[in-house]
Amino acid sequence: MSGLPILSLMLAVPTVAAIACVFASDRNARFIALGATLIDFALGLMMWARFDVGGAQWQFQELHEGLFGRFNYALGIDGMALMLIMLSVFLMPLCILASWESITKRVGLYMAMFLIMEVVMLGVFAAQDLLLFYIFFEAGLIPMYFIIGIWGGANRKYAAFKFFLYTLLGSVLMLIAMIAMIGEAGTTDIPTLLVYNFPPEMQTWLWLAFFASLAVKMPMWPVHTWLPDAHVQAPTAGSMILAGVLLKMGSYGFIRFMMPMFPEASAQFMWIVFALSMIAVVYTSLVALVQSDMKKLIAYSSVAHMAIVTAGLYALNQQGIEGALIIMLSHGVVSAALFFCVGVIYDRLHTREIDRYGGLAVNMPAYALFFMLFTMASIGLPGTSGFVGEFLSLAGIYEASSTVAFVCTTGIILGAAYMLYLYRRVVFGELTKDDVKAMPDLNPREWAILAPLAAVALWMGVYPESFLAPMRGDVTTVVARLAPAKPAGDAHLAAGKPKPASAAHGEAHHAGGVQ
Amino acid sequence: MTADLALIWPELILTIGGLITLMLGTFFGDRAVGLYQLAAMLTLAIAAAAVVTMFGTDATVFSGTLSVDSFGGFSKLLIYAASFVCLFVAPRFFKDGMRAEYPALIIFAALGMGIMASARDLMTLYVGLELNSLAAYVLASFMRTDDRSSEAGLKYFVLGALASGILLYGISLLYGFTGTTDFAGVATAMGGELNIGLIFGIVFVIAGLAFKISAVPFHMWTPDVYEGAPTPVTAFFATAPKVAAMALLTRVVVDAMGPAVGAWQQILIFLALASIILGAVGAIGQKNIKRLLAYSSINNVGYMLIGLAAGTQQGVEGVLTYLLVYVVTTVGAFLVVLQFRDADGNQVESIPALAGLSQRRPGLAGAFAVFLFSLAGIPPLFGFWPKYLVFEAAVTANLVPLAVAGIVASVIGAYYYIAIIKTMFFDDKSETEFPAGGGVVVEDAVITASALWLSVVGYLFIPALAALSASAAGALF
Repeated sequence: MSGLPILSLMLAVPTVAAIACVFASDRNARFIALGATLIDFALGLMMWARFDVGGAQWQFQELHEGLFGRFNYALGIDGMALMLIMLSVFLMPLCILASWESITKRVGLYMAMFLIMEVVMLGVFAAQDLLLFYIFFEAGLIPMYFIIGIWGGANRKYAAFKFFLYTLLGSVLMLIAMIAMIGEAGTTDIPTLLVYNFPPEMQTWLWLAFFASLAVKMPMWPVHTWLPDAHVQAPTAGSMILAGVLLKMGSYGFIRFMMPMFPEASAQFMWIVFALSMIAVVYTSLVALVQSDMKKLIAYSSVAHMAIVTAGLYALNQQGIEGALIIMLSHGVVSAALFFCVGVIYDRLHTREIDRYGGLAVNMPAYALFFMLFTMASIGLPGTSGFVGEFLSLAGIYEASSTVAFVCTTGIILGAAYMLYLYRRVVFGELTKDDVKAMPDLNPREWAILAPLAAVALWMGVYPESFLAPMRGDVTTVVARLAPAKPAGDAHLAAGKPKPASAAHGEAHHAGGVQ
Repeated sequence: MTADLALIWPELILTIGGLITLMLGTFFGDRAVGLYQLAAMLTLAIAAAAVVTMFGTDATVFSGTLSVDSFGGFSKLLIYAASFVCLFVAPRFFKDGMRAEYPALIIFAALGMGIMASARDLMTLYVGLELNSLAAYVLASFMRTDDRSSEAGLKYFVLGALASGILLYGISLLYGFTGTTDFAGVATAMGGELNIGLIFGIVFVIAGLAFKISAVPFHMWTPDVYEGAPTPVTAFFATAPKVAAMALLTRVVVDAMGPAVGAWQQILIFLALASIILGAVGAIGQKNIKRLLAYSSINNVGYMLIGLAAGTQQGVEGVLTYLLVYVVTTVGAFLVVLQFRDADGNQVESIPALAGLSQRRPGLAGAFAVFLFSLAGIPPLFGFWPKYLVFEAAVTANLVPLAVAGIVASVIGAYYYIAIIKTMFFDDKSETEFPAGGGVVVEDAVITASALWLSVVGYLFIPALAALSASAAGALF
């Protein structure tokens, strides 16, 4: 595609701004960062508007061959990448705003780290070269390490180390697999690799290596333990971006690499993903139920939601994958919003202990309303973004295995339990504590952050087609790629025969059901 | 003979320059040390220029005992550049005046290293190695009044002598069982059946050279010597001799032992893994920044050996690229260490004292973070690229388990690098103050330039690096 190299521009703007932030004063750094992220958001909107739904699979392609010798500077997006890029550029300005007042020391460095983070995220989703992808993927560790380690809570150093080493250990194995793939296929070009047929024997090993990496990033049970630590210690905006976008890099890797590149291995190891996802949904939901720290609770709920994403992806059918993608987007918005909700009251009372709050509905009605909306969206109430994704993915999972669908559905019930329990303890109840009584309601800055998040959560819940349409073609491509290897599901769905109209009223609901 | 002389211009220039520096020292004493330093730097620069003009020549001189090829040229350029920087930063370190011998010793060490990198005969190998080593022993103990420096020199000398003995024993075995000291002749003999004598020869020669690159289990001297030696000398030890010894080892295993790849490959695999793991684990408890960098160099040598263990041209290209990036990183890191001075101008070597450095000297701490992340091989820093190349060579040579073990161990290595970054960026300010003044502009410029190059800018140089290392490695295959 000729014309404006819009993806490069989106990478360049935050890069330049990050350098400027390092040298700028605190006040200027905030404005530079906000300006740069807003420019990127505008560029993202422009890209979305110009994206040709149903057109070529890869759009906005840029290629500079030989710039790096062994690999290329190749960018390009399909619908899935477009949506995740939109998620990133949408959340970034909100993250900057969320840090506006709460970050007071070394602001320039903080803003620079966030802007580098944005470059990394966009790079991961836009890279069309395997090595370029890996470099961006791995590069995310450095800014996040600083964000947690410098601006985090009391135990921030431990959390930063754990985050860095855990995710590094995971991703190095993927590098060896990538080297093997490049050697076998003789190219680093992702679109070519997507249609390359690796020998099934090799796929097994490659799949396992990728899985080791992406499962940590995602994170899946039992390698999720870095996430609660990182979330609890990270500053509010750090948690927002971590839950909102960084976790999506893992699931993006699943759908971008593991499923289309190793279809046989994917079918072969479906059970591993299902087994781990089932354990994760039930186990982490139960763990979330007993947390006394708000951020930890939401962190565990993230693990549970991501488990439904993995299960949905590995249903290997259209609904499952589309649903998983919608959960990814929805969870990106909702969990970021929930972490910000925690941040709002943390800024006022400097504690995340659930028991320290109570009765906020009385003195912070606007806050209570927003918190309610995002709680419902997290539970998956119809009309919110969570419902669309969970319904679709569970329908897809059901087609693949009714047992898995059964277990994953309990996650929805448990999710309702822990979220409503959290909400009741924080927002309802008696307003007895004096310091809680003194907390003022949302200020305009907080409104400006929560309102767009709420609007998107509702938009996605009411008219998900805006988000599904660009991705549908890509999902179809992946499903077609998986079709030859895919095992038959245990739910033999078939169109039912309607009974004659004269049949008894009570039996009508049998029609069109499962046979 | 005269024609041969025309091909060894770099060596001639260094010899003459070194002698002139020494003579000047004899006449004018320590007063004019700045002059000798300048003369020595000039000598190195001219010698480097001579190497550049001769780049691409492929010849052997002096009855096939020394080769003039792009592999040697590449190594020599790196060696001379590293020596140049270590000469340049020295006067600031030796506050009470640098003595006249320092420039001359560096020159002679560089001369020896150049010969090591070009040797294609067991005798020239040994001569080059000893010329370098003798100069190095003196350099290590250059601060005569400092206990640690004297100890470092003595330790280096005793263990170095032992290693030379082992090497010589190996050489004598090889000579005894092949009847020649010529690399090509040895290789021909290795092409036949390997007898026990040859195997012993291979083992002893590699063990002797492993001492020079400080590969585990021949690394024991490294932390003590690095800690005790004056910092500019440590910087020198960590860079130039590593290049020379690595180049020498490469030439020996490829040129002299090429046909016996099965015999030495397993030794190198062991050395590589042992160095990576021990270098990483040993560094964890260190409180002295120079000791830590010593372990870091052991660790990095392990990765270079992975590339060499592949035994292919691709692997050697990886090793050469690795050397270049490693030299830039290490020089940069040591320049930063040299700037760690407290309010009284004394060197600060303790890691806990660096706490909160990022708030006192943000630029310095930032540059050091770049060097450390780069040594750890975390992308997008350029230190990732040579690691990628050596792993790629190992995977292509069907050494996947080696690559996996190496890359998993790199996570252990990452721990101590990020631990220093934690100290500098996350911890509260220590009591040590790091006044900014007194920095030499050129030093700062070198630090800035290398930090920039090691951040993403380096990736743009990959095509040039690839061409250069391919031409250098091609000379061996």
